[in-house]
Amino acid sequence: MAIDTQTDQGFYRRMTCIVCPTGCLLEVRKDADGKLSITGFQCRRGEMYAENEVLNPKRVLTTTVRIRNASLPLLPVRTSDAIPKELLAEAMRVLAQVEVTAPVKTGDAILANLLDTGVDVIASRDMKRIDGAA
Amino acid sequence: MGERTQYDVVVIGGGVVGTAVLRTLSRYQLKAALLEKEAEVGWGATKANSGIVHAGFHNKPGSWMARLCVAGNRMYDQLCDELDVPFQRNGLMMVARTPEEEQILRRFYQQGLDNGVPGMELLDGDTARRLEPNLSGEITMVLRAASGGIVAPFALAHAQAENAAANGADVYTEVAVTGISCGDDGFTITSQDGGTWKAKYIVNAAGLFADDVARMCGLDVPSLIPRKGEEYILDQRVGDLVKHTIFPVPTPKSKGILVIPTVGGNIMIGPTALEMPRKDDLSTTAAGLDEILAFTQRLVPKIQRRDIIAAFAGLRAGSPTGDFIFETSHSGRAVHLLGIESPGLTASPAIAEHVAEMLAEAGLELMPKPDFNPRRPRVIRFKKLSDEEKEEVIKRDPLYAHVVCRCETVTEGEIVDAVRRGARTVDGVKFLTRAGMGRCQGGFCTPYVVRILARELGVSPLEITKRGRNTELLAAEAKAFLKGGEADA
Amino acid sequence: MRSIRYTDVAVIGGGPAGLAAALAARRAGAEHVTILERNHELGGILQQCIHNGFGLHRFKEELTGPEYAYRFIPQVEADPNIHVYLNTMVLSLTPTKEITAIHPDHGLVKLKAKAVVLAMGCRERTRGALTIPGTRPAGIYTAGTAQRFVNMEGYMPGKRVVILGSGDIGLIMARRFTLEGAKVEAVVEIMPYPAGLARNIAQCLEDFNIPLYLSSTVTMIHGKDRVEGVTVSQVDDNWCPIAGTERYIPCDTLLLSVGLIPENELSQTAGVPLDPRTGGPVVDEKRETLVSGIFACGNVLHVHDLVDYVSEEAEIAGEEAARHALRETADEAGSGRDGGQQLALKPGSNLRYVLPQRITAGAEVDLYMRVSHPMDAVTLTLSGVTLAKKRQVRPSEMLKIRLKAQHWESLFQAGKAPGQELLVAAEPSA
Repeated sequence: MAIDTQTDQGFYRRMTCIVCPTGCLLEVRKDADGKLSITGFQCRRGEMYAENEVLNPKRVLTTTVRIRNASLPLLPVRTSDAIPKELLAEAMRVLAQVEVTAPVKTGDAILANLLDTGVDVIASRDMKRIDGAA
Repeated sequence: MGERTQYDVVVIGGGVVGTAVLRTLSRYQLKAALLEKEAEVGWGATKANSGIVHAGFHNKPGSWMARLCVAGNRMYDQLCDELDVPFQRNGLMMVARTPEEEQILRRFYQQGLDNGVPGMELLDGDTARRLEPNLSGEITMVLRAASGGIVAPFALAHAQAENAAANGADVYTEVAVTGISCGDDGFTITSQDGGTWKAKYIVNAAGLFADDVARMCGLDVPSLIPRKGEEYILDQRVGDLVKHTIFPVPTPKSKGILVIPTVGGNIMIGPTALEMPRKDDLSTTAAGLDEILAFTQRLVPKIQRRDIIAAFAGLRAGSPTGDFIFETSHSGRAVHLLGIESPGLTASPAIAEHVAEMLAEAGLELMPKPDFNPRRPRVIRFKKLSDEEKEEVIKRDPLYAHVVCRCETVTEGEIVDAVRRGARTVDGVKFLTRAGMGRCQGGFCTPYVVRILARELGVSPLEITKRGRNTELLAAEAKAFLKGGEADA
Repeated sequence: MRSIRYTDVAVIGGGPAGLAAALAARRAGAEHVTILERNHELGGILQQCIHNGFGLHRFKEELTGPEYAYRFIPQVEADPNIHVYLNTMVLSLTPTKEITAIHPDHGLVKLKAKAVVLAMGCRERTRGALTIPGTRPAGIYTAGTAQRFVNMEGYMPGKRVVILGSGDIGLIMARRFTLEGAKVEAVVEIMPYPAGLARNIAQCLEDFNIPLYLSSTVTMIHGKDRVEGVTVSQVDDNWCPIAGTERYIPCDTLLLSVGLIPENELSQTAGVPLDPRTGGPVVDEKRETLVSGIFACGNVLHVHDLVDYVSEEAEIAGEEAARHALRETADEAGSGRDGGQQLALKPGSNLRYVLPQRITAGAEVDLYMRVSHPMDAVTLTLSGVTLAKKRQVRPSEMLKIRLKAQHWESLFQAGKAPGQELLVAAEPSA
């Protein structure tokens, strides 16, 4: 559970780390001066996650876009890096308008600079061209 | 919908009885049609039927139930052979655990003799357990009837409709009859969405709703009693718990809660018998399940709750008199079949013949059709074929090499065949082919079945339903909720 | 009469386990490896798992399911001695390792293998097995079926969703449905703790403010034609619904994420004995079943939470299958395993299962196990010998413990010998 507590002395949050399946319980304290202290992590990436989660939470978005002339109507895609969490819904609406045409290779850029984040949307699998496919 | 053809006979209701009547009529030189309110035939009490072909010792001598049950039972071998519907005479056993129950068994044995039931015997408990080793050790006596059998009721209704259609009858589905009027030129039947059908004779085989239909014809009939039965299906892993259908001694309301082998290879346990205030409550309940387990474990102690893979409920058209009721109106030109509850499935072929006789008495001319074909093209059940036959079938149609339902080994070829024979819904495909009936209950195959149905029917997957109107499986195309500004993630 | 084909190692299933097993078998010297895959492409269930989080242990990267599969597929396709049969359904397997399969072009195929690797995966538990009271309307899906519709077939099954069970697929689908513009009303879990990984609770539910009701279950499904809502009730310590706690949640879709079961119908046609605790075959550290020359790995053996461990396990099975095939080539009479040198491994207190179930005396191997309930700190012991200490253990997270030479020394000193039984236990510790 992410639990936020706001007091006169500052800000305190408990959260589950999502960097790896271990799922460490992290605690972040921000004192009145804005200084962060982080505990509960078992690796450097966990510490960074906790810091980002308080200052600027980001997520990798994995979803699909429509594809023509392939054996399936959808192509799985992902952002090449994490994007600000609050942009996820807007990014989904943007990607709902995107349609590509097979063939596509894993890693092909599907959409550059998603919502001015500097992050691209890339294909996460190969999709062969099949003529006459719906 | 405009006016349909003038028919000699319109059958209202496409259960196992209505389709049997339609097939019987299709033997003769006349125009017959069937109107069914659901998306496919067999969706009412037929689909939820236990599938038992009764021997006929349960009913009082001289009753319609006794006469037509014994007569119908005799017709099953030929019927199921002609229509290629799975049917086995697995025999049935009614069991006693006390001296009082033993007395009841002896009475039923005598009643069976009076009814003309062949192949009955009374066995002591140990002899019975040599035949059925999983029977409870507390059972002291068994009435065994070798003529008892099991059939797939839904498949039978479909097969009868298919064969009738092949012999010239018309089958209309999703037609709910709302009005019947009678003029000089015969009956005019109107449906909920405005269609009309004209007929010289009608047969009311509307099952649980036959009282409503009879009233549309001006008859003052007592109301049918909806009596719910819940049934639970066990995993095929325990499919050989018993070979015979196992009955307790009956209660006044029903034949009791049974252990029923099915032609699909699963054991089914049930049904409950609960009178309901309404005709649409098909829910299963925790109390029903507990009751069924408690009762059947007394017959076969090895039955386990954890082996249950599916549950369903049906509503019987409970008869207010305790017997089948054959009413007529309009000088016999309308025949009403009321209270066709158990043993209705067994009796249905004999009921159909009886109805034809009643119509003939009322003036319908029954001239045999010289080209009537009683046989239906054989159904390929891939799983049951030998290696050589499998190879042959795949060579003819490679769709038989694509196994869609892994639990039951049902191929795409079989599903396409079922659609061509009239299946239009996911449940229809399931009941005809067994795709989705296995232990994963459609987890793997549902997306494929939807895709095949859409392709064969030439519609979008969005139009494919579980069992007809308002039961669409899918809500929208992907991304649809993200367009037009309605998203709020 | 149709011809019989021969292969050294036959791998049944082309998902993550089958792919890794086939490659490992080739590396270990098997000359011909055959993969039999029922789908039209390799990759198995990974192809519909479009979310990321795969491969952290193995590749030190967060890959999506298809990306993880593509770390293996090109290698398999590039090897001319790995024969891949797609659209091929195996109908039966004999104890003598003869496979009967069907294929649209080849018809009925008989394949005789020197060793077989079972890699068929698992299936989802369904509602029938749970017997939730109520009607049978449209709109009830297992989470995996919904995942296939949403991610591959291109259709949304519904717009307002309740998810029963907090398994990982259900959590992932809660996020998927939300991202795709549907509303997930709740996730309902009968246990007092979630079934899925903690990170999935955080990133799939908390990120989207989806409520998780623990110690609760669906006690009624409403709706005649389509699901209209569900009744959710709290349960007591015996999982019985508590009267008066019912809450009605309107929804048009109910997803079931109530667990996975290894799919072993085929294994049983070969007479492979199963462990009722895992639902998969009983195996030794080589992942060889009790039928000589038949190996098993991945979710057909036991349900994994991480694909990384599936690959690892599959490599053991593939390599050992290759060795078995090579031994059979060298000695046509075939050399069975020396079962006389093995000890049985059983789960003791607080453990749901341990794998392998048999182990050769002195073998240094990884033991996989799951605890039966969450615990803060445990000491894992093997017949009294301490193996490891762990913190924050949960049934959702499989534990992997190395059994080392020093442990064997202690065991032998304590008088443990082949033919005996060893007990693995998780004792609470401070």
